[in-house]
Amino acid sequence: MTDDHPLEQLPLKAMHQRAGAKFAPFAGWEMPVSYPLGVLKEHLHTRDHAGLFDISHMQLIEVTGADAALLVATCCPVEAEKLATGASKYTFLLNENAGIIDDLIVTRLAAERFMIVANAARAAIDEAHIRRLAESMNVSVTPLKRVFLALQGPDAAAVMEETGLDATKLTFMSGFEPRPGWFVTRSGYTGEDGFEIALPADQAEAFADSLMRDERVEWIGLAARDSLRLEAGLCLYGNDLDEQTDPVSAGLLWAIPKPLRDGGPYVGAKSLADMIASGPAEKRVGLRPDGRQPVRGGTTLTDAGGKPAGRVTSGGFGPSVEHPVAMGYVRAELAAPETQLFAEVRGRQIPVRVAKLPFIVKRSQKG
Amino acid sequence: MSKTYYTEDHEWIRVENGIATVGITDYAQEQLGDLVFVDLPSPDTSVSKGDTVVVVESVKAASDVFAPIDGEVKSANEALSSEPGLVNSAPEGDGWLWTMSVADESQLEGLLDADAYKKTIA
Repeated sequence: MTDDHPLEQLPLKAMHQRAGAKFAPFAGWEMPVSYPLGVLKEHLHTRDHAGLFDISHMQLIEVTGADAALLVATCCPVEAEKLATGASKYTFLLNENAGIIDDLIVTRLAAERFMIVANAARAAIDEAHIRRLAESMNVSVTPLKRVFLALQGPDAAAVMEETGLDATKLTFMSGFEPRPGWFVTRSGYTGEDGFEIALPADQAEAFADSLMRDERVEWIGLAARDSLRLEAGLCLYGNDLDEQTDPVSAGLLWAIPKPLRDGGPYVGAKSLADMIASGPAEKRVGLRPDGRQPVRGGTTLTDAGGKPAGRVTSGGFGPSVEHPVAMGYVRAELAAPETQLFAEVRGRQIPVRVAKLPFIVKRSQKG
Repeated sequence: MSKTYYTEDHEWIRVENGIATVGITDYAQEQLGDLVFVDLPSPDTSVSKGDTVVVVESVKAASDVFAPIDGEVKSANEALSSEPGLVNSAPEGDGWLWTMSVADESQLEGLLDADAYKKTIA
C-alpha cells in the first residue's frame, strides 16, 4: 500500500486504544501491534491460556447461488461439491502458472453458500479474480463488513463456552452461523486450539468485552500473532507465499485433494500437475539459526560451499521455543532436515540448519 | 561529576574519567519492546558519530543504535549476550551497551541534556 491511501480503521479501534495498544500500518489497515503486556508475554499467554486478536482486516467473501460450488471449484483446488456443510478447508487462489494469488479458508455453509476468508492485502485482488471467474455463473459474490476476532489458546474452548456461544461441539476446521450475521469456525493461525468469530460491528464490542472479562483472556497484537504463526510453521502471504511461489515448492500439497493433483476444473490445474510431475526446484523449509541471533526475512542463504542456497522469507525469535526461528526457500537438494547452511546477517555468516516444521507441537489438530 | 547526554535517536551517553558509556533510553526500550538479542561491537573498533555500533533485536524487528560521538569502542556489555532483557529492565543502568573513548569533547556539547531530550519525546 502507498502512503497516499488513508489507512482503514478497525471498528473496535477505541477499545484497543483503551487497552493501551500500540498501532502500526499493516496491509492498508492501522492495526494493534502490541499491548502493554508486550510481545513476548502476549505470545506466551496465548500458548498458556487464551489470546484475543482483532483480525478484522481480513476479508470475508460470501458466495451464494446455484453455481456457488462450481465457482469455488473453479477458483480453488477444492472438491467443493463433496465438501460437507460446515467443513472448512485451507486452500488457494492460483493463477494459470499455479502461482499463489492468495491462501484462504473456504467453509461450506449450505448447499449453495460458501464463506471465503481472504488476506487483507489481497482482498481486492481476490475479489476481482473471483468475480471474473463468476461472470457467466449463477452466483453472487459479496464482501461482508464484519468485525473478525480470533480467540486462540488452550483455554479458548472453555472461555467460548462461558460466553453462551456454544462452539465447543465444533471440530477443528469446521464452522457454523450461531446467530444472524455471525460466522464461527474452529480454526486459527497460532498452532493452538481456537476459534475465529465474525460478527456484526454493532454487537462486537459487547462480545469482545464478555471475552475480556474472563481472566484467562488477554488482547494480543499483530507482532505476537506473527511469532506464534512462525513457530507453528504457518505461511504468511507476502512473506512466504506470493504469485511467484506455488503449492508444490511451498510444501502445501497436503492442502490439495489427491484427485485434483493431476488435473481439475480449477485455474492453474495444468501447471500444478506439471510441477508435481517434474518436482520443485526449491522447497520451503524451517530454519534454525545457531545461537540467539534472529535471522530475518529477506536474508540470503548460502550452502556449506558458499554457493547461493536460497532465502529466508520469515524469521524472528520464538518465545515458546526460546531460540530464533525462521523459514525460507532452499534448493530442493538442500531441503533435508539438519542440512547446514549459512545466513548472511550484517556481513557475518550465521550458521543455520534446516529444521522440521512446525517448531512447536501444534495443538490445533483436535476433534 | 558525570553528566548524561542524549541524542534525538534515543541514545544516552555518560562520560566519566574520559570514558563514555552508551545505551538506549527508557523511552527507546519501551518502544522496542522485549529484546531477545543484542549484537555487540568488538573492542578497539573506531566509530564515527552516526555509525551503527549495536543492533538490538526484539521478537519482531532489528533496530540500529548509533554512535553519539566519534571515538573507539573500549568494551561491550557482555552480560547482554545471555540476558538481553537487561536493556528493558535497566536501560540506563545494567543494560548499558558499550563504552568508548571520547575523540572530541566538543561533540558532547552538541547533544541534548535530560530536559531537552524529554521535550523531544513529549
